[in-house]
Amino acid sequence: MDDLEKLLLSMWQIRAFEVRAMELFEENLIRGSVHPYVGMEAIAVGTCAALGPADLITSTHRGHGHCIAKGLELKLMMAEIIGREDGYCRGRGGSMHITAMDKGMLGADAIVAGSSAIAVGAAHGLRLQGSDGVVVCFFGDGASNQGILHEACNLGAVLSAPVVFVCENNQWAISTPAAASTRIENIADRAAGYGFPGVVVDGNDVLAVREVAAEAVARARAGEGPTLVEAKSYRITPHSAATKTDLRPPEELDAWRAKDPILRFSRLLAEEHGVEPGRLEEIEARAKQDVEEAVEFALASPRPEPEAALEDVYAPADWLTAGRLA
Amino acid sequence: MSEERDLTMSEALNEALHEEMERDPGVFVVGEDIAGLGGLFQVTSGLLDRFGPQRVIDAPISEAAQAGAGVGAALVGCRPVIELQIADFVSLVMDQVVNHAGKWRYMSGGRVTVPFVLRGAVSSGIGMAAQHSQTLESWFVHAPGLVVIMPSTPYDAKGLLKAAIRDDNPVVFLEKRLLYSRRGPVPEEDYTVPIGVADVKQEGGDVTLVSYAAGVHLGLQAARQLSREGVSVEVVDLRTLKPLDIETVVASVRKTGRLVVATEAARALSMASEVVARVCDEAFDALEAPPVRVAAKDTPMPYAAPLERAVLPQVEDVVAAIHQALGRVEVG
Repeated sequence: MDDLEKLLLSMWQIRAFEVRAMELFEENLIRGSVHPYVGMEAIAVGTCAALGPADLITSTHRGHGHCIAKGLELKLMMAEIIGREDGYCRGRGGSMHITAMDKGMLGADAIVAGSSAIAVGAAHGLRLQGSDGVVVCFFGDGASNQGILHEACNLGAVLSAPVVFVCENNQWAISTPAAASTRIENIADRAAGYGFPGVVVDGNDVLAVREVAAEAVARARAGEGPTLVEAKSYRITPHSAATKTDLRPPEELDAWRAKDPILRFSRLLAEEHGVEPGRLEEIEARAKQDVEEAVEFALASPRPEPEAALEDVYAPADWLTAGRLA
Repeated sequence: MSEERDLTMSEALNEALHEEMERDPGVFVVGEDIAGLGGLFQVTSGLLDRFGPQRVIDAPISEAAQAGAGVGAALVGCRPVIELQIADFVSLVMDQVVNHAGKWRYMSGGRVTVPFVLRGAVSSGIGMAAQHSQTLESWFVHAPGLVVIMPSTPYDAKGLLKAAIRDDNPVVFLEKRLLYSRRGPVPEEDYTVPIGVADVKQEGGDVTLVSYAAGVHLGLQAARQLSREGVSVEVVDLRTLKPLDIETVVASVRKTGRLVVATEAARALSMASEVVARVCDEAFDALEAPPVRVAAKDTPMPYAAPLERAVLPQVEDVVAAIHQALGRVEVG
């Protein structure tokens, strides 16, 4: 499988994972909620394609796409969101808190914009350790109005931290349109206020995202500091599996469905790279098969024992061993 | 052979930072005016010259980002120490500390550690008024996943800060500003004070006075006054508030039968309340009188000296509380 086909596979894996997760939610196999990444697959896949194994990401409540694009195991992800012992976080985190340091995934953060300063600090930490790793911080248009994001961008700038801020502008914060939350057209324009570049990219074009991300990552790696990438996209599915009411205009949804990043990239592969229709179907089918295997694995995984709820509140310490925790 | 010498608490904390930064290249400090100036209270003095601007960072006035950056650096294996110039600014960092630092390990199923230290100067007692004088340790004791430390002496300050930096858990380390200039013996050699171990600062047989940080000195002064009346007070310094060394407290109460707990924080849900509750849980049978709490009044901190004195617990309040603990027995 070549690099372009791998991008398509990754996007299909995200799509299939999210569709299946929403079904599992309806079947009451997933608790709480699921925030699907449907329609935004090109952003995570294009960005993570520009990263190496030493590079890290932080993620959001809508984080499954970032995890899959960064190479996390579908089986361990699905086991986590179904709340099983074999999940990435042994069932402690669930859909909104998947963490996998061995894959460069610092953690998904369900506080909107919460991980922006964490990304800056991780980037500074990597540099102190002599690594040339870069940290990508994913966040949404809603997060762009949080105070911590402003602080983090400014701190990242003054430290020249190797961090890339990727704003996934999906146009809506549950029921509030981005236009009602800010008076500027492009969130990327705010980068000027921090003294680093801001770039707008078509978030439904995986190759364009990869190109912009590669440039921002190279800049960060070279010690030239952060970039703010704003990827314009749309979430095709509701805010979450638990949010049944959707105030978005149906014609707007239809217009964005027509710009589906997976279908668009498939067309490009067929028309400009000579990929046969049968091969495209094969990739789609393989992604769905991967997700089915993940579901089977997750459902076969044991539920955590109740006593495990008290484990791992603290890291090992002498005082903990001595039983001094009150 | 180290000579016996006295340091101020500022100097002791500064020495701890020098030693730990020397020992581990992953230790770095972040805060406001901490590099060139060495911090408002000189705790980070000399670090910039020794360790350079990558490890001694004068940050923008963005406390939440400083704390968040600390969490991120800790996740990749560094040991950041963040200085809050004034401890009241914890309200600006609560989300990063409570929702991130304290939970990240648990949410990850134990896959990560967050070895970070958040230091802050508790500045009550000197007329800094309502937004620079709060004693807020209870907020952190109530949040899961954090360690909370408040030292009372230069010796404990150095040993506990070194232990806090080496600990793999997030630590909130609160320093009483009025204690920065107080001197005490501090060995030159490398030592740590164990986290979660209280210290009996003065032995006594009639009543147990539990406190921490500046409250310990109130307790010791009260004990001196009461000794003239023939009352023998045992002063227990908690040193660490979470984990809480309830064993040492209970052992003392079993000896004296009476308990007074003093805190400079407001009374409701305070450490004083917690210690009283824990002693009732574990040693109610040993109590010969109802326990007594001494705490600050439940008001914002006023500015004028007579008003601030009226709100903060004073030595005479501790003396009165001890009389109360003893008096109930006499009545019975």
